[in-house]
Amino acid sequence: MARVMTPPRPPIAAAHLRNDAWWALPVTVVIVLGSFIVYSTWAALQNAHYFAPPYLSPFYSPCLSSRCLHMTFGYGLPDVQLPIIGVLSPAFLILWGPGLFRLTCYYYRKAYYRSFWLAPPACAVRDVKRRYTGETRVPLLLQNFHRYTWYVAVIFIVLLTWDAILALRFPAPGGGTQLGIGVGTLVMWANVILLAGYTFSCHSCRHVCGGHVDVFSRARTRYRAWHVLSRLNERHPVFAWLSLFSVGVTDLYIRLVSMGVIRDLRIL
Amino acid sequence: MPPATLKVFRGQAAQGDFREYRVDVDEGMVVLDVIHRIQATQAPDLACRWNCKAGKCGSCSAEVNGKPRLMCMTRMDIFEPGETISVAPIRTFPLIRDLVTDVSYNYVKAREVPPLRLRPPDADGKYRMMQEDVDRPQEFHKCIECFLCQDVCHVIRDHEEHKPAFAGPRFFIKIAGLDMHPLDTLNRTEFVRRQAGIGLCNITKCCTEVCPEHIHITDNGIIPMKERMADDFDPIVWLLRKFRGGRPEPA
Repeated sequence: MARVMTPPRPPIAAAHLRNDAWWALPVTVVIVLGSFIVYSTWAALQNAHYFAPPYLSPFYSPCLSSRCLHMTFGYGLPDVQLPIIGVLSPAFLILWGPGLFRLTCYYYRKAYYRSFWLAPPACAVRDVKRRYTGETRVPLLLQNFHRYTWYVAVIFIVLLTWDAILALRFPAPGGGTQLGIGVGTLVMWANVILLAGYTFSCHSCRHVCGGHVDVFSRARTRYRAWHVLSRLNERHPVFAWLSLFSVGVTDLYIRLVSMGVIRDLRIL
Repeated sequence: MPPATLKVFRGQAAQGDFREYRVDVDEGMVVLDVIHRIQATQAPDLACRWNCKAGKCGSCSAEVNGKPRLMCMTRMDIFEPGETISVAPIRTFPLIRDLVTDVSYNYVKAREVPPLRLRPPDADGKYRMMQEDVDRPQEFHKCIECFLCQDVCHVIRDHEEHKPAFAGPRFFIKIAGLDMHPLDTLNRTEFVRRQAGIGLCNITKCCTEVCPEHIHITDNGIIPMKERMADDFDPIVWLLRKFRGGRPEPA
C-alpha cells in the first residue's frame, strides 16, 4: 500500500522505481539460509549418526555428554551431564556458540535484515514495516555483543581443528589406531579451514587485533595484523557462505557414512 | 545508437509526475548528456543540478531506473535498446524543482560533528604522522558529498521520524575519520551512540553499494565505530587499556 510521503519530498507514490530483479537476492537468501536452519535443527535433534570413526560431525563437537558416541576430551574430564540430556540432543549444548556467532555476524545481519526483516528488502526499495527502531532496543541491541560470540567462536576453531587431527587416526584392524587419510578427513579439514577463514575474517577480529589503534606507526605488530585481517575481511561474505555449506556437507557426509548409506573411501 | 526513451520527473514542491521524452543518443553519452539534450531541444525549463561532469563534484545525483547514481557517471550504453529509462530526483530530500532537491539536512548534520581536537605538537613545535596512520581517514576524504548514501539509507529515506537523531552514513564516515585520526584526542563513541544514532543503522550496506567513490562506508567506517562502542563494554579491552593507557576523553 502506498505510504503518504512528507509533503515537500518528491511526490512519487511508488515504493520503488527499480526495474531489475532486485527481489532475486533476498529470495535466494531466504531459501538457502532457511534450508540450512531446517537441516541443522533436524540434524541436531537426531542425536544419532554423528560419529563414524574417526569422524565427528561439527554439529556435535565438542561432545560433552557421557552418553555421546564420541568423547572429545578422552578420559579424565568430569562427566558433564545436565538434566536436559536424554530429552534433547547434546548438539544443543554447543550449537548456541557458533549459532550466536552467525546470528550476530555483521554480514549475516545484512543478509537477513534484507531478506527476512525486509528493512529494506533491497537498496532504494521501501521498507515493508512502517515502524523501525534499528538496533537500539532489546533484543536487537544485543547484536552489539558480537565481540563476545567471536571469542567463543575462536574456541570452536581450536576444537574443530583437534577433531580434524583426530580424523587422521583410523581404528586399526588389530586394535589401537593407525594414521590414514580418508575422504572424510579431507572434508573435515576443508570445513575447519573455511570456518577459520570465516572466524578470522570477522569484523570484530579485525578490530580487536588492530583496528582499535589510532596511531599505527607506534603499534607495528597490530598494524600488520590489521592489514592482513583487512584483506581477509574483504572475503568475509564468501567465507560466511562457504563455511555454512561446508558445515552442512560435513555433517551430511559423516551421517551418511555412519548410516552405511555411503562408504568412506580411504586415500592413504 | 538508437534513440532513447526517458521518463523524467517534472514537478515542484508537492506536485509533479513523470513525462516521457524521446531523445537521440550519440556514442559515449551519459544520462546527464541526454538530460542536457532534452533541455536544449524539448524542455528548456527542465531543472537539474550539475557542475563538473566528471564524477567529482557530486552535484548531479539522481535516481536512474530507481537506483541512486550520478547522472554524469551513468553511461547510456548500459541500458537495453528500447528500454524506457526513468530519471527521478533523489527522493529522500525535499523537492525544489524537477531533478533538484534541497539537501540542507546534510549541512545541519555536518555542523553537529565534533571537530578535530589536536594533541600538543612535538617538542620542536611540529606535528608528525606516518602514511599508515592516515590511510584510514584518507579513504573517507575521497567523499564528494553527492549524498547518494544519505539518499539510499532507509533510516532517512523511509523513517522521517528518525531524521533529528540520525546523522547518516556520510557523517558516520566523517566521525570515523576524525576518531581514527592520529592527532585527534577526542573520544566520539558516546556522540556517535546518542546524538548521531548509529544504533539505528542495521548495516544493510546500501550506502556502500551506491558510493561513486567506492568508499567502504560500512566495513571501514560504520562497523569500526560500532566496534569502538563495543570496546566500552569489553572486559578484555578494559584490561588491555589498564596496561596500555585509556581512551581519549569523550566529546
